[in-house]
Amino acid sequence: MTDTILSIESVSRVFPGVRGGAPIRALEPTSLNVARNDFITILGPSGCGKSTLLRIVAGLDRPSAGRVLLEGREITGPGADRGMVFQSYTLFPWLTIAENIAYGLREKGIPKSERQDIVASYTEKVGLRGFENHYPKQLSGGMQQRTAIARALANDPAILLLDEPFGALDNQTRALMQELLLGIWERERKTVLFVTHDIEEAIFLASRVVVMTARPGRIKADIPVDLPHPRHYRMKTSPEFSNLKAQLTEEIRAEALQADGVY
Amino acid sequence: MPRPLEPVGQGTRIVLGVSFFVIFVVAWAVATLGGFVSRTFLADPITMMQDGWLLLTRFGFAADIAVTVWRVVGGFIMAAVIAVPIGLMMGAYKPFEAFLEPFVSFARYLPASAFVPLLILWAGIGEFQKLLVIFIGSFFQIILMIAVAVGNTRRDLVEAAYTLGSTDMGIVKRVLLPANAPEIAEILRLVLGWAWTYVIVAELIGSSSGIGHMIIDSQALMATGQMIFGIIVIGVIGLISDFLFKGLNRALFPWRLA
Repeated sequence: MTDTILSIESVSRVFPGVRGGAPIRALEPTSLNVARNDFITILGPSGCGKSTLLRIVAGLDRPSAGRVLLEGREITGPGADRGMVFQSYTLFPWLTIAENIAYGLREKGIPKSERQDIVASYTEKVGLRGFENHYPKQLSGGMQQRTAIARALANDPAILLLDEPFGALDNQTRALMQELLLGIWERERKTVLFVTHDIEEAIFLASRVVVMTARPGRIKADIPVDLPHPRHYRMKTSPEFSNLKAQLTEEIRAEALQADGVY
Repeated sequence: MPRPLEPVGQGTRIVLGVSFFVIFVVAWAVATLGGFVSRTFLADPITMMQDGWLLLTRFGFAADIAVTVWRVVGGFIMAAVIAVPIGLMMGAYKPFEAFLEPFVSFARYLPASAFVPLLILWAGIGEFQKLLVIFIGSFFQIILMIAVAVGNTRRDLVEAAYTLGSTDMGIVKRVLLPANAPEIAEILRLVLGWAWTYVIVAELIGSSSGIGHMIIDSQALMATGQMIFGIIVIGVIGLISDFLFKGLNRALFPWRLA
């Protein structure tokens, strides 16, 4: 069961000071091992460096010290083995939904017929059949993020990274998106690293919640979520869920207070 | 009264747009036919139309128009074909930009019209010299505007492409280029408009054909009707090319309007 796919080894990040100001320590040395097929959520207040950590795993940012290993190989830059879904809508506006999902496959040089099959299957999985030839602008925010998930998954990455992907959506849509993502994970068992500041979201999706402190960020708690699968949205009102929520609320509240400078 | 930023209907838009042309011509007619302005300095609209008809039917003005259009389009295409890739690379690769941007910014302010005497010396008074004037006038502007547009590409789209496995060249060709294609087309439309002013300057000096040549010839004869007709023809051609460009943009980039 301890088949580690991703290991983050004492990764820290210091941003240089702006205009002679003091350097900003965004991330204290952080270590984390991710088991294959695990769903981990990283929970923390805004500006705690959780997105920085995810961007370092994606290869979009470099650690100031430490290293990240994916299947034993050190990460030096972005690559197709780590699919990413961003909080902002990052579908390519000049491509249709089908072309967006096919983007990574095209970059890999996969032949057209095979590409079409994969695109069709992921369009189906995220419930976007009939929208293949629409442009992103014609779709709602939730549909765009569903396409972004399909685009990342179609590439068959070793790990899926999500940076507050539902942060800009309204509550109802967000709940539906959580169920959709969880459904896909329950069927396909991808390794997922999911960053969020929403406690309920963190518990509902994860098998492990990693809580981060306020800036400079470091891991404060690592809490397993032993709720059974498949999970149903009604689970959010169960006593076990409420207990976890209460526990995490306490953890995160102290950090939020500190981040806000209330102390 | 309309409120700020309140949209106007398609029909009203056309009526309003046409009506200013009508007001303009009426004011012109009143000023000239009413005797408020001397005929020596400004021909009236009717004389202008008669002179224009004469130019077209008797003096082969259509050939002049064709020559001028060819010069603008030829010089402009030459400039665009070389400038667009350079601008794209400048926007994409910062060392390349640091290397070229200061010089291009300087060269952009060199007035194309001031090059006319020099270019006559270098290239004679043939077609190539005319094309060069347009080229110099458009080339640096296109480079700089495209470099800025490409440099402003949304970073998150580039990052998304990297996480999907794009190489650096893939980013340039399949993200930076298509993301900015509509803006590049818009820049070309704008610069083409400026190219029209350069061609006339090029034709005023050392030319034996073209709209500009006709205008300078007419000045010697004090034929203000012909001069005005020439100027109006340029305006009409500019308007047509603008329409074509806009139509082309709409056809090429449906995702923008989607």
